[in-house]
Amino acid sequence: MTTITGENITFIEWLQDKLFLGMSFKEYFKKLITPFNIIATLILCVGIPIAFVRFTQGLAATTNLTDNNPWGMWIGVDVLCGVALAAGGFTLGSAVYLFGMKEYHPIVRPAVLTGFLGYFFVVIGLCFDLGRPWRLPYPMFVSYGTTSVMFLVGWHVALYLSCQFVEFCPALFEWLGWKKFRKFVVGLTIGATIFGVILSTLHQSALGGLYLLAAKKLHPLWYTPFLPVFFLVSAIIGGMTMVIFESSLTHRVFSHQISLDHKKFDKLTIGLGKAAAMTLMGYFCLKVIGVAHGDHWHLLGTPMGQWFLLEVLGFVLAPCFLLVWAVRQERAGWVRFAAIWTVIGLILNRVNVSMIAFNWNLPDRYVPKWTEFAVTITIITVGVLTFRWIVNRMPILWEHPDYEPEI
Amino acid sequence: MSITRRQFLGMTGAAGAAGLVGSSVAQAQEHFTGWPDRYGVLTDLTLCIGCRKCEEACARVNDLPPPEPSPEDKSVFDEIRRTDAQSYTVVNRFPNPDPDKPPVYVKKQCMHCNEPACASACLVSAFSKTPEGAVTYNASVCIGCRYCLMACPFYIPAYEYDKALKPRVMKCTMCHDRVKEEGKLPGCVEVCPVQALTFGKRSDLIRLARERIIRNPDKYIDHIYGEHEVGGTSWMYITGVPFEQLGFNMDLGITPYPEFTRGFLSSVPLVLTLWPVFFTGVYLFSRRRNEIAKEEGDSSHEEEAKS
Ligand code: SF4
Ligand code: SF4
Repeated sequence: MTTITGENITFIEWLQDKLFLGMSFKEYFKKLITPFNIIATLILCVGIPIAFVRFTQGLAATTNLTDNNPWGMWIGVDVLCGVALAAGGFTLGSAVYLFGMKEYHPIVRPAVLTGFLGYFFVVIGLCFDLGRPWRLPYPMFVSYGTTSVMFLVGWHVALYLSCQFVEFCPALFEWLGWKKFRKFVVGLTIGATIFGVILSTLHQSALGGLYLLAAKKLHPLWYTPFLPVFFLVSAIIGGMTMVIFESSLTHRVFSHQISLDHKKFDKLTIGLGKAAAMTLMGYFCLKVIGVAHGDHWHLLGTPMGQWFLLEVLGFVLAPCFLLVWAVRQERAGWVRFAAIWTVIGLILNRVNVSMIAFNWNLPDRYVPKWTEFAVTITIITVGVLTFRWIVNRMPILWEHPDYEPEI
Repeated sequence: MSITRRQFLGMTGAAGAAGLVGSSVAQAQEHFTGWPDRYGVLTDLTLCIGCRKCEEACARVNDLPPPEPSPEDKSVFDEIRRTDAQSYTVVNRFPNPDPDKPPVYVKKQCMHCNEPACASACLVSAFSKTPEGAVTYNASVCIGCRYCLMACPFYIPAYEYDKALKPRVMKCTMCHDRVKEEGKLPGCVEVCPVQALTFGKRSDLIRLARERIIRNPDKYIDHIYGEHEVGGTSWMYITGVPFEQLGFNMDLGITPYPEFTRGFLSSVPLVLTLWPVFFTGVYLFSRRRNEIAKEEGDSSHEEEAKS
């Protein structure tokens, strides 16, 4: 066994080096006691028992789902928002590896990691929601519902998760020091990226496509035949703005690991902001076309219509203008602020489609149970902890001195 | 077991390779006008007396708990119910707009659509539209995503949310096995004391319904609900009171639900073939551009060095 610096060591030392960041177990444990970790532990103390109840007593014990409202928060937030916000991996991956925008290379690895973990935890969230989660592989190996948009989603999310894993592997193997494997997976990167773009295009839009069958249940302002396109374009926006948000956060929290200087980093943020602003503008136009296509102008005056306007003007157009202004003025801070605003807008959109505008005309409305919130928060917490665990160990934010960059 | 069309297409589509997923999806979406000679039920709402014997019989033949509260208890009509995990069918009461006439009772159950939304939604093909007309469900493959509940325009399928181990989707089967294997009538049809329910070939039922309407134009509204709704259903209704006043959704249109996703699904093979070409092109182009930039950079360096 060897360390990064190449000395020969024993297995225990290797373990210490990899898992405890070179500290002894005691030292490591002491360092773990931070306010963030205490809060995280508390969350887990609530979430894990709820998970236990969910899998031993069923969905009725832990959710407010009904026959009229079969999809609640776990689909609306954990899956729909999770997938859209994890789009950063494919957006940035294709920008850097396919379009050759090398300047973004320093932030591509954290974006790919966020994407990979994002999808991974989406699948975990899905397992909570499925009636029989152990049958997750059925659509792949047992019975094929080829007329179903959901079939597409299932296949593509599974394949995409594998692609993202391949893209993440170089960092993993550099950490483990497996040079041959690393070389092999680096050779796969371009292929995985191209395949990943295809799969992303399809399943991001397919998530919107799922609601095409909710024809008379979804409010007409949200229901349009363009739903798949809406979901795809807004996911690209979600991906970019999430990268802005996530990179600014990692730059603050893990600043000691980062070699990129602030000026350069701000430049990247502004560049991403510009792309996000353009896509947001396009998305806004699409939304308008959606209303025009169904000729639903008269509905804008109704309470649901005002809610729709709030989403489209307050959380698409407004952050778009702010982004345009901030990019012109080269104000990276404001770009970050607008990015968070956009992310909230995206979550609002998915919540609207899946819960608020869905069954809007039924008296039987769905409101999540507190345990549903608790599970969602627990999953996010575990996701953040995993992210931090990996970033603290693997070459995600810094470049490993022993290896050439992939491109 | 006979292979239904959907299962058959499922198998051909099951080649499994990622690239095939898209194209087989599009194939299965070809228009299907339904099996000839399939059965259905006609409910004549002018006859139903609201005795709920059908609910009782349904529970009995399907091993469901007996209806709560019992048929004698009329308080059940105070609210409008829907089908749930314990009941495949429910009878609701609606006031008659003509106060001199008795209220109208409406039996609700799966409509057994010609092109069912639930079946087109299911990612494991748990539903089949059988040649006999019934839409049946196979719990042994169901993963419990409940997309079928989302898709059904009539709010019919229900889910056993309270079961942790083997939750199932629950809905009327039009007594498929009873009819096919035992040659009997569906439980509800058999028990109905006033023949408000008629079981028969769908084409015959349409003829029968039309005859009743033509013979008694004052008694019936001139509409057979289910003849064309969402592309036609096996279970159909005729009534004396306008359907909109009896909780029927009149906005569903006549487009079969699988149509709504067909356009999207058929774009999938297109993306699968065009995207790889396009993005590989982009990649090669950007790599070449970088190489040229590098060469130029190098040569200008050399020149600088020379001078
Ligand atoms: S009524 Fe609903 S559950 Fe019954 S066949 Fe039609 S879509 Fe399926
Ligand atoms: S809940 Fe079961 S039957 Fe319904 S769509 Fe999902 S897998 Fe198919």
